[in-house]
This record gives sequence, C-alpha cells and structure tokens, in this order.
Amino acid sequence: MFSLTSPVKSPYHNVPPGPKFFLLMIASITLFLIGNIYLQAAALAFVLGLYLLPGGTFFKEGLRMLWPLWPFVGIVFLWHAFTHDILPGLIIILRMISAVALANLVTMTSQLDEVIALVTRVVTPFRRFGLRPQILALSIAMFIRFLPVLIEKGGLLVQSWRSRSTRPAGWRVVVPLALLALDDADTVAEALRARGGIEPDKI
Amino acid sequence: MEKNIVIIALFAALIAALGLVPKFTLASGIPITAQSMGIMLCGTVLGSRRGAKAVLLFLLLVAIGLPLLAGGRGGLGVFGTPWAGFLFGFPFAAFAAGLIMERWRSDNIPLVAGCAAAGGGIGALYLIAVPYYMMATSSGLDQALFTAMLPFMPGDILKAILAGYITAGLAKARPDSLLSRA
Repeated sequence: MFSLTSPVKSPYHNVPPGPKFFLLMIASITLFLIGNIYLQAAALAFVLGLYLLPGGTFFKEGLRMLWPLWPFVGIVFLWHAFTHDILPGLIIILRMISAVALANLVTMTSQLDEVIALVTRVVTPFRRFGLRPQILALSIAMFIRFLPVLIEKGGLLVQSWRSRSTRPAGWRVVVPLALLALDDADTVAEALRARGGIEPDKI
Repeated sequence: MEKNIVIIALFAALIAALGLVPKFTLASGIPITAQSMGIMLCGTVLGSRRGAKAVLLFLLLVAIGLPLLAGGRGGLGVFGTPWAGFLFGFPFAAFAAGLIMERWRSDNIPLVAGCAAAGGGIGALYLIAVPYYMMATSSGLDQALFTAMLPFMPGDILKAILAGYITAGLAKARPDSLLSRA
C-alpha cells in the first residue's frame, strides 16, 4: 500500500505517534499566536533544521513534499504585494510553510499501522456515541482494499471510452464508475452477512 | 448494517479514486479534478448522514498519511494551510447536499440533485472555508473572496451541474441505489 512515510530512517521514526501528534498540535497553536516576523523566520529555520538532522536525502524528500504549497504562497504574496502591505503577508507565508512542514514531518516519520492503531485507541471513548473502533477499523481496511480496485476499474472505463470515441472521456465515465461501486457494495455486504455479519454492539 | 458500512467505505474510496485517476479532468484545458464532485455525490446519493460519514472516513485516511487528495497530496500537512477550511467543510457540504435531497422531493432528480450539490458543495462549503481563511490569515472579506473563493467558483458551479446529471444517471440505472431518497 502506498503511503507518505519516508523510507529514509530518521531518529523521529522511533518516537511513538501519540507524543508526535501532541507536540504538533502545541507547535501549530504556538505558530498561530506568533505575530512577530523575526520569530516566525526563526521558527521556520528551526523546522528546516529538524529536516536537515537525518541527512540530505531526507531533507530533499521533505522539500519535495512542501513543493505543492507554492501556488498558495504565490496567491498570498500577490494579494499582499497588490495591496502594498507586504509584512503581514510574509508572516502568513512563513507561518504556513512552518506549520505544513512540521505536519509533513510527523506524517513522513510515522508508520501507517502505528497511526491506525493510535486512531483506534483515540476513538474508543466515543463508543457510547455509537462510534465503534472495530467498525472504524473494518471501514479503513475496506477502503484500503477497494481503492486500488476502483482506480483500476476507472482506468479500464477510460480506456474503453477511448477505443470508441475520439473525444476525451471526461465526466461521463463517473456514472458507470459509481455504479460499479454501488454494485460492489451490494456484493460485499452480502458476503459479510454470509460470513456471520457484523456483531451488534453488546454494550 | 453491513450494507451501510460497506457503502460508506466504498464511496470514501470513490472520492479518492476521482482525485487520483488523472484522466478525470472535467473540462479540457481547465485543470480541475473531479474530487470535490465526489464530495457532492456522497451527499446526493448516500444522503446526509451516510454521505458525511463517507467524507469523514476519507479525511481521516488523508490525515493519517495516505496521498489521496488530487495531485497525490496528503498527510497532516494539508490541514495546515489557510485553505484547509475547504477540507474541514467537506463533511458539512455532503451533509447539506444530502439534507436537501432528502427534503426536496417534489421535482425531477437532475434539478434537485444539481441544486443540492450546489447548496452543499458551494453554499455550505464556502460558509465554512471563507471564514476559516479570514481567521487563519486575519484578513478581511475582500481578500478572502478574491483568494479563497473566486479561483474555485467556476469549477465548482460546473461540478454541481455535473453532479446533478450523474445522480440522475445513477437513479435511472439503479432506482434503489439513491439512498438519499429511500
């Protein structure tokens, strides 16, 4: 299964995801409260330092994950250049890059199975509101199982459209794709029931 | 029970698939993906509660680190930009679209589903995304409208219309499948 976890091992990989998520939350709130441009610049330098610690390959990978941010940086910069008040714009840009970089760092250094285990643990107290951890785990598993299936079927639909038409497939392919998902849901639900189904909650 | 869980999981996967199959750009030349149309479809097809749950499952999987957003983005970082209000608004968008479908039964499906998709995917979504942007950047309404709303508006209107037609197509092919009207 594809995920955004970095294959380059870093010291951060050994920290369990719970504390990492907690620290990220605190850091994001702090970044939001800092209104001084020098402090924001220092914060960004610190975050980039965190990326440099495990080595150059890891740093480059981190920069690649930050790259999709550039249109957002561009829009904010253009607006503030246009309205001649560049300083608040720079603060917003610095804050955004630091916050996203920190969050990416947590994602890049956490194993997917560890994070799923954390999520299941966190939702356990919500049982009494009808959110059962087992059902959430089953839903995540089904999602991960069926996403590649849907992507493949979508690809096949596009191909068969292309072999019959000179125009690109576009939105018309979405109807059969959604139909396939609906039909698969029927079959899978029946299969689950045939194997004993999902136990009603005993609480 | 089983059916509900399976269909929520599959529609969550459908949202992701619509963003990841690169050929699903809606109109030639305009680089908009079908992903936010998936959010609208969750509401118009599954109804308010199931639709919102499918979207929440999708966002959870994005947050725990799968590259599911259009263009292969994902992880916690995507929730850190001033535009993250759109992501937080997605479940409400699906819920509102589903609610409109459930309540407004007197007219034909393409019209109602199109309006439901617009009400949820534009109305409810921007009601959350625009104030979030203003809060995150401490900016005024004018800036928020220009930088957070205007660039996405034409694509979203097109997507709402298409979502209406797609919902109608599904209702025609599988009359029972429209859980929002069940």
